[in-house]
Amino acid sequence: MASGIRLSKLRKTFGSTEVIKGVDLTIEPGEFVVLVGPSGCGKSTLLNLIAGLETVTSGEVRIGEALVNDTPPRDRDIAMVFQSYALYPTKTVHENITFGMQTRRIPHEAQQAALKEFSKLLQIDHLLARKPGQLSGGQRQRVAMGRALVRKPEVFLFDEPLSNLDAKLRISMRTEIKKLHQRLGKTVVYVTHDQIEAMTLASRIAVMDNGHIRQFGPPGEIYEHPVDLFVAGFMGSPPMNMLPGRLRRRDGSLVFEPHGAEAELHFPLPSEISDRLDAREGAELVLGMRPEAIFAAGTELPGPNRFVFEKTVEVVEPTGPDTMIVFSIGETELIARVRPEDAREAGTRFRFEVDLSKAKIFDAKSGQSL
Amino acid sequence: MRQRSIGGIVRPKGWHNVLMRGSLFLVLGLFCLYYLFPLIVMASTSLKSLAEIREGTLLSLPRAITFEAWGKAWDSACVGVRCDGLKPFMWNSVAMAVPAVLLSTTLGAINGYALTKWRFPGADWIFAMILFGAFIPFQVILLPMARTLGQLGLAGTVTGLILVHTVYGLAFTTLFFRNFFVGVSDGILQAAKVDGAGFFRIFFQIVLPMSIPAIVVTVIWQFTQIWNDFLFGVAFTIGDSNPVTVALNNVVNTSTGVKEYNVDMAAAIIAALPTMLVYVVAGAWFVRGLSAGAVKG
Ligand SMILES: Nc1ncnc2c1ncn2[C@@H]1O[C@H](COP(=O)(O)OP(=O)(O)OP(=O)(O)O)[C@@H](O)[C@H]1O
Ligand SMILES: [Mg+2]
Repeated sequence: MASGIRLSKLRKTFGSTEVIKGVDLTIEPGEFVVLVGPSGCGKSTLLNLIAGLETVTSGEVRIGEALVNDTPPRDRDIAMVFQSYALYPTKTVHENITFGMQTRRIPHEAQQAALKEFSKLLQIDHLLARKPGQLSGGQRQRVAMGRALVRKPEVFLFDEPLSNLDAKLRISMRTEIKKLHQRLGKTVVYVTHDQIEAMTLASRIAVMDNGHIRQFGPPGEIYEHPVDLFVAGFMGSPPMNMLPGRLRRRDGSLVFEPHGAEAELHFPLPSEISDRLDAREGAELVLGMRPEAIFAAGTELPGPNRFVFEKTVEVVEPTGPDTMIVFSIGETELIARVRPEDAREAGTRFRFEVDLSKAKIFDAKSGQSL
Repeated sequence: MRQRSIGGIVRPKGWHNVLMRGSLFLVLGLFCLYYLFPLIVMASTSLKSLAEIREGTLLSLPRAITFEAWGKAWDSACVGVRCDGLKPFMWNSVAMAVPAVLLSTTLGAINGYALTKWRFPGADWIFAMILFGAFIPFQVILLPMARTLGQLGLAGTVTGLILVHTVYGLAFTTLFFRNFFVGVSDGILQAAKVDGAGFFRIFFQIVLPMSIPAIVVTVIWQFTQIWNDFLFGVAFTIGDSNPVTVALNNVVNTSTGVKEYNVDMAAAIIAALPTMLVYVVAGAWFVRGLSAGAVKG
């Protein structure tokens, strides 16, 4: 049985700068939680607090039922993969991986079995006799993974464990981690900058910004229903298009009028959205549309709440399966995701179709989803 | 190894570069000679017989090489009233320098480790005060130390001298190790803590193997200081417990008629040999420690 983690009103200050500003987070036993957020927002610090490598300024850290604020790392039954690898430079790969088991006096045969299992899984079984200085970045990272995995503790903390691997290895390691999690059923807190890693691995994603948790929920919810502009802009690649504008009434129904756009370009809002916004006519809003909600006119089956408009293609960016088309409305650049065969050269006029039932409306000032 | 370290340097070719390198080596050679000259004179004098010294000049090389003076310096020259040569005093010095070097290096390493990696309130203050110890001149501590040794019942013994050198050396060894450990990544220690290791296990199994370059530098420094020390030796030991530096002084000052320059020179070289040995042995370790990529994370 794995242990859950509960953080309540957690704060951490370094000198006079507050880095973690009151975090509440309840992670169920056996859950796979992915922490995402911009560089410097406090992800590593949060992991260190859970691991016991930093002291808590105020608030509580609980692992299982126990309050562990004053428990040293060695007694927390955790394993951690560090962002900087932190391998022991004078020890061989073999010794690096088994050190934690040695200090815990695990029988020799069990150590060897675990070493064998995970070095094979991580494809480092041919490197066991080397020192970390003789390894490439990706190999070091896998050794660091191995060192954490062999001990099978209650809680795993991963700080960007795959960031240095090549694309192919990363995908296969991702799958291995997911399989491993399903097999071992331990609680995992995982930091990554990779959107796909976050979406595929997480049972829930916590989006952090500047020491706060902005949103905590299943990947689908984070993607489809971001609570504010920050989360909307952070998740998704390319990010959600954010079109600033104003709510207007035309011919009796509410429309969204982008700033700086020609008069005829106003997006009719679907009734689910406009019902909620009835009283806010004239308000400053931001219309959020994922790139995949904008496509070449007529290429998808017709549906409700579609709106077609014509714009000039500015930049064409093929990615393989899809092609991104950059265009502008007013001052804002937008990206549409079209099938490669529908793409046109830069400079030509293009008929776009947008599915407004997938659009999101945010308050321009507070950034909150409406 | 040697081949590779030369092969890796890209340098321009052409006659003026050859000329530049030539004059560079000429200047370096001159400096070398300048530094080696006293040693050459000492070595050549120690290999001459007394008669030859009297006839020839200081600079002339020995005509007939004899090790008589070396033998005499080692086991029959008179040190004060005792005529056993430097031998017994060499052992005094070894018995003093080895424990003092080991103790001060070990304690300095633990100090440096605790001050950088297990930070506690006031750590900077304590370090500043230890550092202050490095600026205290020898002479200042002579009287208080003599009194302390007297109270401890260690006055005039080799053990007392070990204590003095260990305490006095602590400031330097702590400084060396602290500066080395500041550059060691905290991540490695965090990983070891998560792996379940405590203060001493991390120290002995993780940190110490990484610090071979620092250990070697400290050992060379401490050994040279302690072995070559004269003042503490003269002040805190008597007669039979004198270290070799004091004995050497006595050999030179014990005059029975003729001044035996060859014996004096041989004795001086004998007294200096162990430090050279430490340089050669520890130096080899130093290079090995560096090239093993010991500090690379
Ligand atoms: N020991 C420290 N003293 C002072 N400030 C610190 C310390 N450690 C971290 N910080 C600051 O805390 C903030 C959060 O750091 P943290 O390492 O948690 O970021 P992160 O979210 O992991 O970033 P990244 O994605 O780049 O790894 C940063 O602004 C950093 O400068
Ligand atoms: Mg980080």
